[in-house]
Amino acid sequence: MASLWFWIVAVMIATYVVLDGFDLGAGAIYLIAAKTNDERRRVLRAIGPVWDGNEVWLLAAGGTLYFAFPRLYASSFSGFYLPLTIVLWLLILRGIGIEFRAHIESRVWRDFFDVVFSISSILLAVFFGAALGNVVRGVPLDSSGYFFEPLWTHFKLGPQTGILDWYTVLTGVVALVTLAAHGSYYVALKTDEDLGRRARGFALLCWPVQFFLTFSSLVATYFIRPEIMTNYGKHPVGILVPIVVVASLAVMLWANPKGKEKLAFVASSLYITGMLVGAAFALYPVVLPARDHQYDLTIYNTAAGSHGLSVGLVWWTFGAVLAVAYFAFVYRMFRGKVQLGEGHY
Amino acid sequence: MDSALLVHRLHFAFTATFHYLFPQLTMGLALLIVVLKTIGLRRKDPVYHEAARFWGRIFGINFVLGVVTGIPMEFQFGTNWSVFSRFAGGVIGQTLAMEGMFAFFLESAFLGLFLYGEKRLSPKAHWLSAVAVFAGSWLSGYFIIATDAFMQHPVGYFTASDGSLQLASFWDFVLNPWAGWQYAHNMSGAAITGAFIMTSVGAFYLLSGKWTVHARIFVKTGVVAGCLFSVLQIFPTGDGQGKMVTDLQPVTLAAMEGLFQGQPGAPLVIVGQPNEQQGKIDNPIEVPKMLSMLTYKRWNANVRGLDAFPKQDWPGNIPLLYYSYHIMVGLGTFFVAVMVVALFLLWCGRLFNARWMLWILMLAAPFPYVANTAGWMTAELGRQPWLVYGLMRTENGYSKVVSAGNGMFTLLGFMGIYMVLGILGLFLIWREIENGPVAGHESVSNLHPATEAR
Repeated sequence: MASLWFWIVAVMIATYVVLDGFDLGAGAIYLIAAKTNDERRRVLRAIGPVWDGNEVWLLAAGGTLYFAFPRLYASSFSGFYLPLTIVLWLLILRGIGIEFRAHIESRVWRDFFDVVFSISSILLAVFFGAALGNVVRGVPLDSSGYFFEPLWTHFKLGPQTGILDWYTVLTGVVALVTLAAHGSYYVALKTDEDLGRRARGFALLCWPVQFFLTFSSLVATYFIRPEIMTNYGKHPVGILVPIVVVASLAVMLWANPKGKEKLAFVASSLYITGMLVGAAFALYPVVLPARDHQYDLTIYNTAAGSHGLSVGLVWWTFGAVLAVAYFAFVYRMFRGKVQLGEGHY
Repeated sequence: MDSALLVHRLHFAFTATFHYLFPQLTMGLALLIVVLKTIGLRRKDPVYHEAARFWGRIFGINFVLGVVTGIPMEFQFGTNWSVFSRFAGGVIGQTLAMEGMFAFFLESAFLGLFLYGEKRLSPKAHWLSAVAVFAGSWLSGYFIIATDAFMQHPVGYFTASDGSLQLASFWDFVLNPWAGWQYAHNMSGAAITGAFIMTSVGAFYLLSGKWTVHARIFVKTGVVAGCLFSVLQIFPTGDGQGKMVTDLQPVTLAAMEGLFQGQPGAPLVIVGQPNEQQGKIDNPIEVPKMLSMLTYKRWNANVRGLDAFPKQDWPGNIPLLYYSYHIMVGLGTFFVAVMVVALFLLWCGRLFNARWMLWILMLAAPFPYVANTAGWMTAELGRQPWLVYGLMRTENGYSKVVSAGNGMFTLLGFMGIYMVLGILGLFLIWREIENGPVAGHESVSNLHPATEAR
């Protein structure tokens, strides 16, 4: 039962990153790719009706994590107190950046919210990547089951790590480039003319960086945490992960210049899913590794009671079906390239 | 008081209090917008649709602020109150996760359609999107109330071998009797905020002689809803909530009422300052025997005072609890008085010309916010010194690993950001009010019914 919830939460997090990832990525490339007010409005209109719904996946995944693994939620959220609070501030700034920009017809007002939106998107991508890096690297949990990390210590991997060290900065940059590319594919898909062309060009530029960083981060991960290979050795099905990652990278490279925007976007989504599922697969059944392995948090020592988990499966399934239906409907309503007509943004 | 404990309490209290300024209007307006849209659809009256659109714009600004200030609430269960989360997460994780799965997805998916999809949808489908947003926001309210109700009156749980609480009965937990009354009382309070704000803007337009056609709709809708919910707020919801407190948290009742000594035929204190040192109310104005009547429906019933309980179980901040409760009740009474008079004038057809009443209605706008905030403070201060009533004390629930210094850092950060949010929100909503429901000072559709475009 706990294993099932592990994968449910993993899939919810992956869904969050794929969905909110494209609007974060669109924010990251926003100041460079969209030059004029009209172009910026197009980008905002492409993400406007969906960004809030996408962000709900973060809340729903967080809520589900809390419900299924309360001890993990307690330890990780208090241990990652500082970066999570900063993430909250960035989410707040980004939300008002998107929504308040169009309220006043003034260049100064717009420029201000443009910068707020873009900078907060960039920093969020980096922080999410660094968060994943922290989870993979392990944190200084002790026998109480708690830990606390300052923002940084000495950027090396000692027993008392900080949120940022060379490894987590690397994973933060991987996330930024990945999401910038992901956002570019989305903007290319949803817009045309100069803006669409620029987004495609930007994605093309991202590709070699993304390719290089993917492999260097995997090497670095193996270097600091060789045991990530254990599960891949035990369960041959894991071979699917590198296949999906490499194949989706190849498809991105091929589809983008050909103008097959939808295919490139789907490949980028698969790439993200592959990387995240790969990480989850490598960690399982550990949910938060400790620097000292005897204190690892696993699905077994963090899960809620079995009756609660069984009951949850009933309503969760029901809720997930509804959520997917709403999303299918909303994305269908706002399908196609965005037009600037009457309306918000 | 341990300073880390104080910082974490202030952290949650501040962010929760600020956050709830927005959802109360969101939930109240969501209901009233559905009312406006329903009337518009039935009567095929474009002015009602214009009115709904206008309130949709204000709703949109308010909703964004509610969302961005709401996300920190869920996080804080883990960041600032991790020991509590470890203890109770096996139970309250249910409702918090359900809020995401059932309420937030519904709300967020249909808000975009409601705000920006009117031209893409048929009128009926657009009406449905408004209903979906209303349903989502009111569902969200229930899940949060059910979570709070567990902290006020834990049911449906068992204590596992590691000391944590785990779910024993889903239905007992979700249908906590405390949650039923608290939800009714809280949602009625939100509807009062929506109604007073709508009335206030309408009164402002009438007093300024602008958009009078829309303004009459606002005032009419607001006064009818305001009167209905102000009455419901006192009876049966407030009364029912009071009975729960009397039965399940008698020490809280004593502190709220400022009843230091238990007695048969206990008086109801209307005015007076609690004096904890001497265990009495200074310069009291009381209604004799009224408290016994209200709580037990008998004039001479014995009401237990604070003296009946050990001091370590008294709510920590009795004066603030006492004032919160009295402010809430006082304002609740004021709302009924104002709205009953306004409804009477409306019924006589004199309200729109009664400038004195319009002035009162316009200026009353902030008071529902005060009353709702005071109500929540009554509930949460009244629960003290417990975090989960009878099971975990507040002083044991905060994140021990997060020092006072780190907590203060983020508290100050939130204060700064929320100050900016508050200013921006007021400024943008004021601009919407100034721009009015339609371009120009009168509804275009009234002058040229055929040109109604959207």
